[in-house]
Amino acid sequence: MSAQNTGTDDQTTLTTDTAALAGELFAPGVGAQAGPPTTPAPGTGTAGDTPPGAHSHGGPAPTGSPAERFTSTDPDAFPRPTGREEEWRFTPLRRLRTLLDGAPSTTRLQWDTDLPEGVELTSVPAGDPLLQGLPEPVDRLAALTRRYSDGADVLRIAKEAVLDRPVSLRLSGTGSEDVVWGQLVVEVGQFAQATVVLDHAGLARYSGGVAFLLGDGAQLTVVSVQEWAPGTVHGGQYDAVVGRDATLKQVVVTLGGDLVRLVSNVQYAGPGGQADLYGVYFADESQHQEHRLWVDHATPHCRSYVVYKGALQGEKAHTVWIGDVRIRPAAIGTDTYELNRNLVLTDGARADSVPNLEIETGEIVGAGHASATGRFDDEQLFYLCSRGIDAETARRLVVRGFFADVVQHIGIPALQDRLMATIEARLGALPDLEEQPVEVV
Amino acid sequence: MTSPTTAPTASGTDAGSVLEIRDLHVTVGEGDDAKEILRGVDLTVRGGETHAIMGPNGSGKSTLAYSIAGHPKYTITGGTVTLDGEDVLAMTVDERARAGLFLAMQYPVEVPGVSVSNFLRTAATAVTGQAPKLRTWVKDVRTEMEALEMDSAFAERNVNEGFSGGEKKRHEILQMRLLKPKVAILDETDSGLDVDALRVVSEGVNRAKADSPVGVLLITHYTRILRYIKPDFVHVFVAGRVVEEGGPELAEKLENEGYAAYVKDSNEQAKLEASQG
Ligand SMILES: Nc1ncnc2c1ncn2[C@@H]1O[C@H](COP(=O)(O)OP(=O)(O)OP(=O)(O)O)[C@@H](O)[C@H]1O
Ligand SMILES: [Mg+2]
Repeated sequence: MSAQNTGTDDQTTLTTDTAALAGELFAPGVGAQAGPPTTPAPGTGTAGDTPPGAHSHGGPAPTGSPAERFTSTDPDAFPRPTGREEEWRFTPLRRLRTLLDGAPSTTRLQWDTDLPEGVELTSVPAGDPLLQGLPEPVDRLAALTRRYSDGADVLRIAKEAVLDRPVSLRLSGTGSEDVVWGQLVVEVGQFAQATVVLDHAGLARYSGGVAFLLGDGAQLTVVSVQEWAPGTVHGGQYDAVVGRDATLKQVVVTLGGDLVRLVSNVQYAGPGGQADLYGVYFADESQHQEHRLWVDHATPHCRSYVVYKGALQGEKAHTVWIGDVRIRPAAIGTDTYELNRNLVLTDGARADSVPNLEIETGEIVGAGHASATGRFDDEQLFYLCSRGIDAETARRLVVRGFFADVVQHIGIPALQDRLMATIEARLGALPDLEEQPVEVV
Repeated sequence: MTSPTTAPTASGTDAGSVLEIRDLHVTVGEGDDAKEILRGVDLTVRGGETHAIMGPNGSGKSTLAYSIAGHPKYTITGGTVTLDGEDVLAMTVDERARAGLFLAMQYPVEVPGVSVSNFLRTAATAVTGQAPKLRTWVKDVRTEMEALEMDSAFAERNVNEGFSGGEKKRHEILQMRLLKPKVAILDETDSGLDVDALRVVSEGVNRAKADSPVGVLLITHYTRILRYIKPDFVHVFVAGRVVEEGGPELAEKLENEGYAAYVKDSNEQAKLEASQG
């Protein structure tokens, strides 16, 4: 089921598929190949005797099941993107060339950190076993990033540490012409509880990989804010490996920059894991914001919950949301739901939304997705107006609420207030909000 | 924004208001799909009066309520609605509310991310024309929530989101209490309520009636709410118009005998009209 929208659709459509029909969708045995690594193993090896799905050119033969994801640390193992590939077909490659053709560089973002007790920030050189055990890049840009970042920064949260405040990493672009390559590994020890904020600002050409490795029972909240200056190009691959009974909450907030393309992958290293992936984005004139998610359920009794909401305004504002969720045969007891909502505020903007759920076992708790792209919800506007609230204020309340609904999951009031203020300022710039009649279509 | 020049604020009225509906015709749908739902409704609701409207499913009761409130799904094809002589149909949805109309909806809408407290305060500010004083406002809201047996935690929840059917209805009456309309239309506020909730909600409406001469148009299928909120008039609504009017005794009759006789009459009349047209 996929829902796409050109931005001219002014009807709110909601399509929900609750797919408990896996038995009918997949013949027995089909798609029963090895899953991804269930633990980040040293070297390129994985749990099991086959490499993770189509891990290299010599990987397992196709099985006729939904496409395996090709991964490699070698950039040249990926063809140069032409724009026809599934993973690049929505991306304006011309604007990403600065990164795709980028040369190695030692330029870094400026780091301003606040590290509470229980947290260590260090680094490892290229070739360190830690890096070899990370989930592999899923596209050429991510592979280039892994290679050129030449080692990694490592944030370690001690086992059982319960941090008294969020870890704040403020990463600012300095305006350099050079591409900045970065790799960060966040290791969260067993039963630790932490919040990590990656707060991106300034002007940069940046490609950053971030891996989150959650030990058993760990609870990690990750907030990634993209409040880049205009002109910034940001590509990134976020990988989470969720340990047994561990909980990941990721909140991605993309507001600034010229082009932002973030790929978030989740895999589970043991049963009982949970991943809540929230996102909000707001694209203005000519901004391209692309969020691609890939949740790979290969382990029993794990949960995933995805909610991404975006608004678009202005000519050539373009957002892309791809939500791939795969439930492999071994992942019995899986519970997953994903939702993408797009609010198209003006003509000329385009929101692409493609949820994709592949289910290879019938023994699941639940699996569903919904995608809707449209204008304001007129019933909400009517409700507010029927209480005396003028149409303009009602629209602001609805849009504000649309975002607040996700932003409130961050759990850091000061940051939430800051982001909502930014969003409100952006809404204030909306030219013809006043003129739009309240109309139920 | 158009300023509500035709819409005096709801506050500060002592004399009762008059809502007059004359020969109201309403359709839903566009073009060839347009379907006439209201077929000439006449009704007058004066301040202080309570009118019950009873009628079968699909007869157009909610359509009447929404049309008065200005829901854009409905097209007015004929007739007038005035409040104290002002043309309600010429007003925007928000102007109607500021003029003193209130609709407690059959299915209140969820508004994600907008807290009840923010919503109520914004609405009160709009209706009274000024931000209510924080101290008295907080006290007023709290007092009324307690009276409606709503947990104070509701103030921080998102509007109607995840509310049970009964909680949504209490929330509607909470709004009625705080916005103090001149005329309130209650669309099946009693449906889905258990006996306790029905009493609590009815008492809320009766407090409003005691505080000011509010006109109440109460749409219901059942007489049980009429034991708590005494109607002065009962109207039988069938196939888009009022087919009979009477006092409270009419409600008892309807409960015992149903609408069959009225529906039959109405069908015959429709046939007659069709053959004439
Ligand atoms: N968009 C629409 N297109 C076609 N018909 C519609 C539309 N909306 C409402 N109707 C029809 O209008 C008629 C009146 O509906 P309305 O909701 O006003 O009835 P009601 O008297 O409130 O019923 P109930 O007692 O079930 O609440 C119904 O037959 C309904 O199907
Ligand atoms: Mg109804």
